[in-house]
Amino acid sequence: MIRQLLESTLRVSTPLIFAALGGMFSERSGVINIALEGLMLIGAFGAAVGTYMSHSPWLGSAAGMGAGVLLAALYGLFVIRFRANQIVAGTAINMLALGLTPFLCKVLYDVTGQTPAIPVAERFQSAPLYLGWIMVALCWLWLKHTRGGLWVSFAGEHPEALDAAGIRVNRVRWAAVLVGGALAGMGGASLSIFLASSFSRNMTAGRGFMALAALIFGKWKPVPTALACLLFGFAEAVQIRLQGVSLWGGKPIPVQFIQILPYLVTILVLAGFVGRSRAPKALGITFRRA
Amino acid sequence: MIRKLLQPVLAVVLGLALGLGVTWSAGENPWHVFIVLGKGAFGSGYDFGMTLFYATPLIFTGLSVAVAFHAGLFNIGAEGQLTMGALAAAALGAIWPGLWSPLAPVLAGLAAILGGTLWGAIPGWLRARRGSHEVINTIMLNFVAAGLASYVALYVLKNPDSQNPETQPIGAGYLIHKFGIFGGAPVSLALPLALLAAILVWVFLWRTVLGFELRAVGQSESAARAAGIDPGWIRIIAMCLAGGLAGLVGVGEVLGNAGKFKVGFSPEYGFIGIAVALLGRNQPAGVVAAALLFGALHKGAAALDLETERVTQELSLVLQALIILSVSAEGLWSWLKRREPKFASVQS
Repeated sequence: MIRQLLESTLRVSTPLIFAALGGMFSERSGVINIALEGLMLIGAFGAAVGTYMSHSPWLGSAAGMGAGVLLAALYGLFVIRFRANQIVAGTAINMLALGLTPFLCKVLYDVTGQTPAIPVAERFQSAPLYLGWIMVALCWLWLKHTRGGLWVSFAGEHPEALDAAGIRVNRVRWAAVLVGGALAGMGGASLSIFLASSFSRNMTAGRGFMALAALIFGKWKPVPTALACLLFGFAEAVQIRLQGVSLWGGKPIPVQFIQILPYLVTILVLAGFVGRSRAPKALGITFRRA
Repeated sequence: MIRKLLQPVLAVVLGLALGLGVTWSAGENPWHVFIVLGKGAFGSGYDFGMTLFYATPLIFTGLSVAVAFHAGLFNIGAEGQLTMGALAAAALGAIWPGLWSPLAPVLAGLAAILGGTLWGAIPGWLRARRGSHEVINTIMLNFVAAGLASYVALYVLKNPDSQNPETQPIGAGYLIHKFGIFGGAPVSLALPLALLAAILVWVFLWRTVLGFELRAVGQSESAARAAGIDPGWIRIIAMCLAGGLAGLVGVGEVLGNAGKFKVGFSPEYGFIGIAVALLGRNQPAGVVAAALLFGALHKGAAALDLETERVTQELSLVLQALIILSVSAEGLWSWLKRREPKFASVQS
């Protein structure tokens, strides 16, 4: 049973890891990403449609990432180009994805809120699980040891300094937001063609926000963030395992308390009760050249 | 005045045009979709009543977001606050069903305010005293509230006569008056209450010292501090007020409609409240107007599933999202504003 629980933890934390890494790119560069939920949702949809059409999960996940990039581009257009408030625009992007996906299901397949089921053989078996951890290592190396990683960090911490060094801050942010969209899209893809067998309405069900919580819990750093995803994934796995199980006196165990745990610890960590989590300094502040 | 109105109105037109453009690209006749929306929202007394029914909670959540905004805070937590407010009102009515009118609804209304206030006070206090950002905290608290509410509805106050996750019905003395002229649509006293709340918020923000201090903190924390205002304390008060306003959603839902707390009763009233406040320019009158518009979109879109071939009721979400995006795009409008003098000179 322990083995089962661990396996299930690794599986359900995979979408969180991709999405949280995507959020990390964007937030480290100074752009808040409340829109992760919507980016994941559109990614899940794109991947399900892509896999159903191409019969290949690889092409499908590429479609999911593409959908994530497209929606992230719309987000970037508004928050970077039009200087819209990042929280307002992020909320709008989430609504857009929530409304657009069932509508597209109807247009493409004439059913409300679901894509056709994908046979087991055409779905991912375990690839996203390994890919997720490879991505964690790559992101860590990239942020720490490359010039691009340094630019992203500076865009989020001291955009003026980056600008003074002759690097266009908003170009760096654009790149970070788009890469973030691709990763969040992959997170959604691992929901629809790895954990499930099709896209269904609002299938992310708050996982984008949970990825955001993991990002904060992990102090905006790749490895701690991934470990936070693992912890939250464990909570989800335990909750799935305990659903309907009854212990004392035939009463079912209230899984709601396990459900809210990730959100509670995030609040505590952010408030400095358990360690301290500090956001990038210029997070949420639109950059305009003087 | 006219110029102030111009931007939100243009944003609505732009958002609607883009959204209907989407339906056109799906092979629908956008004009037909528009007519279906309009008929669905205003076609009969009942339809208009449902529009008002949906607009009522949006007035509360819109005011909630607006009050916090004037104090420089982003209240993304209206969803959690309204959940706690509705839960508190329903819990009182279920635990003490024998209470009589008019005391019962008044107490339940206060319980709703209290539940929401508590859920607003937490992020307010965390921001003021621990320095953690209210956006993240309110988002997290939304999920905590949802978890708690479903726990209460499933285990503590479960309705034994229903398969759905909901609490026991409240006592008959709690139910508030419904207006008969809307063909059975649940338009209750909550609507005049919402309008009263809008007036009170206006009086508070622009005619009281505390309201002035609240806006001062929102405009410039350092200036407020220099004037002897404690910004931390003001932020806590602002979030309490925001929470209480959102909690009042419980009055219309629990006392005026369902008679109990139903898990998932809110189609994201809290999030749409952000859009309502933004479109209403954070002014109480603007909030009421924007709530009516979004209520109409929500009601109108319900007919789309049946009346069109390919468009689903989720179109209302798409339209709302596009309207928010268009109104939020500062850069787009400043471009427009730069052009304004030219138009003016041509006209004169």
